[in-house]
Amino acid sequence: MMKNRASLITMTIYLLFLLIPIYWLINMSLKTNTEITSTFSLVPNKLTFANYVTILTDPSWYMGYVNSMIYVVLNTLISITVALPAAYAFSRYNFMGDKHLFFWLLTNRMSPPAVFALPFFQLYSSIGLFDTHIAVALAHCLFNVPLAVWILEGFMRGVPKEIDETAYIDGYSFPRFFIRIFMPLVASGIGVAAFFCFMFSWVELLLSRTLTAVNAKSIAATMTRTVSASGMDWGVLAAAGVLTIIPGALVIYFVRNYIAKGFALGRV
Amino acid sequence: MEKTQNNKAWFLVLPVLIVVAFSAVIPLMTVVNYSVNDTFGQNDFFWNGLGWFEEMISSDRMHAALGRQVLFSAIILAIEVPLGIFVALNMPKKGFWASFCLVLMALPLLIPFNVVGTIWQIFCRPDIGLLGRGLTNIGIDYNYTNDALDAWITIIVMDVWHWTSLVALLCYAGLQSIPQAYYQAAKIDQASRWSVFRYIELPKMSGVLLIAVLLRFMDSFMIYTEPFVLTGGGPGNSTTFLSIDLVKMAVGQFDLGPAAAFSIMYFLVILLVSWVFYTVMTTLDAQETK
Repeated sequence: MMKNRASLITMTIYLLFLLIPIYWLINMSLKTNTEITSTFSLVPNKLTFANYVTILTDPSWYMGYVNSMIYVVLNTLISITVALPAAYAFSRYNFMGDKHLFFWLLTNRMSPPAVFALPFFQLYSSIGLFDTHIAVALAHCLFNVPLAVWILEGFMRGVPKEIDETAYIDGYSFPRFFIRIFMPLVASGIGVAAFFCFMFSWVELLLSRTLTAVNAKSIAATMTRTVSASGMDWGVLAAAGVLTIIPGALVIYFVRNYIAKGFALGRV
Repeated sequence: MEKTQNNKAWFLVLPVLIVVAFSAVIPLMTVVNYSVNDTFGQNDFFWNGLGWFEEMISSDRMHAALGRQVLFSAIILAIEVPLGIFVALNMPKKGFWASFCLVLMALPLLIPFNVVGTIWQIFCRPDIGLLGRGLTNIGIDYNYTNDALDAWITIIVMDVWHWTSLVALLCYAGLQSIPQAYYQAAKIDQASRWSVFRYIELPKMSGVLLIAVLLRFMDSFMIYTEPFVLTGGGPGNSTTFLSIDLVKMAVGQFDLGPAAAFSIMYFLVILLVSWVFYTVMTTLDAQETK
């Protein structure tokens, strides 16, 4: 009993520590700017949704969310599509240079985006992809593809090889076997990998800011610009922050039962 | 699992190779190119050999940034890893409360990096923040924009807030895989809480723990956005970490040569440390499966 109470207290303190800053952000987003700078209160004195209205009616704000969603989804699709066959190869076969290749892939997960920001800018400018969604999606593949390969390989190692052999004896061709039989077996792995690709692409700022200007400007970049211009519009900034948390929270809610399992099996 | 030797597997790896090479090798070569050339503008480059590397290796600016970076990563690992383990041990094992904790704990992980900075900015500012204002009201002199120590504390607390959950979730996953029978056996042997932790839980967590340390090391060593939004590297240069300094040099001052040389050395440091971690990890993995 004693231990349970201690656990309860620890968890309560930790969760409070996690939630109080978020609570303060939500609190700020529901206040007017005059109230934010003049008074100090734990709940808004005059509840206002004006900050949210500003964001949801101004295209330069809400297009930021749309742009971010587009490149995040594109990136997740590309990453998973190319990672699936590669992870299969790594989990089933020995081939020349496989270990070196695997480590080389991982090194890309380790490379600091700051190193690549400027070359990326020049590369995508020179091939005319600057300020497009696909540019950001491809740039994010740098760290998401290795991660997806790593996670999927972990899941695929858990699928017995006899299944492959039985399918070939039954006359399945490789593509048909892979799509019809193998992919459903590692469905949870694909889900976990997609979750992590979504997560890392959604939270990344440096590359998405460097590679976009107007047409594909991400929400993160929109926020930094507005901070520096025309003084501090704290209320709108806070509201924009709250709105960026929502997609993440939704994704977590849907995969909540897989998170722990995914972490363990996928070795992320 | 026994793997078959088959070099045709290269065809399956090819798409990954093309995508990653496009976004990794070409930019990296550009960086290498810059690092050995100098320019007077107008895309007029000439060979400079290893000059930039020599300049960077002996530059005080780089030493200072590297020192701050190493200190930061060390503090982060020293706090987050034990705290993460501790939280994981105290998490509910199953049922509604387990999912409840999981969802809440994963929340900071999915907040965009710059929003994390914004949240803490709003939370800590002495004029409008709950923490900043609260501390000032009870008489503690706290201002992260003026005082280097306060800035450091704020950034570290922010990072602990942001990433401890990752360590905790990984450890939790490791703990979940321990069969109940182990605990029962320990109970029969009247093992103390500490020995249960030391001889049952810690070995079972070692695999995921190494991943956690590796990920936390890599990400804290590359940290850019959060301190940039929160302090902008200041006050002075006190929180200018390697990435921030690098971006300042490359994009702000457009010193391409030194920045490129700096990038390559930065990359090599990360590569080296990660290789050590990776080798340890795979060796342990191989021992376990034996």
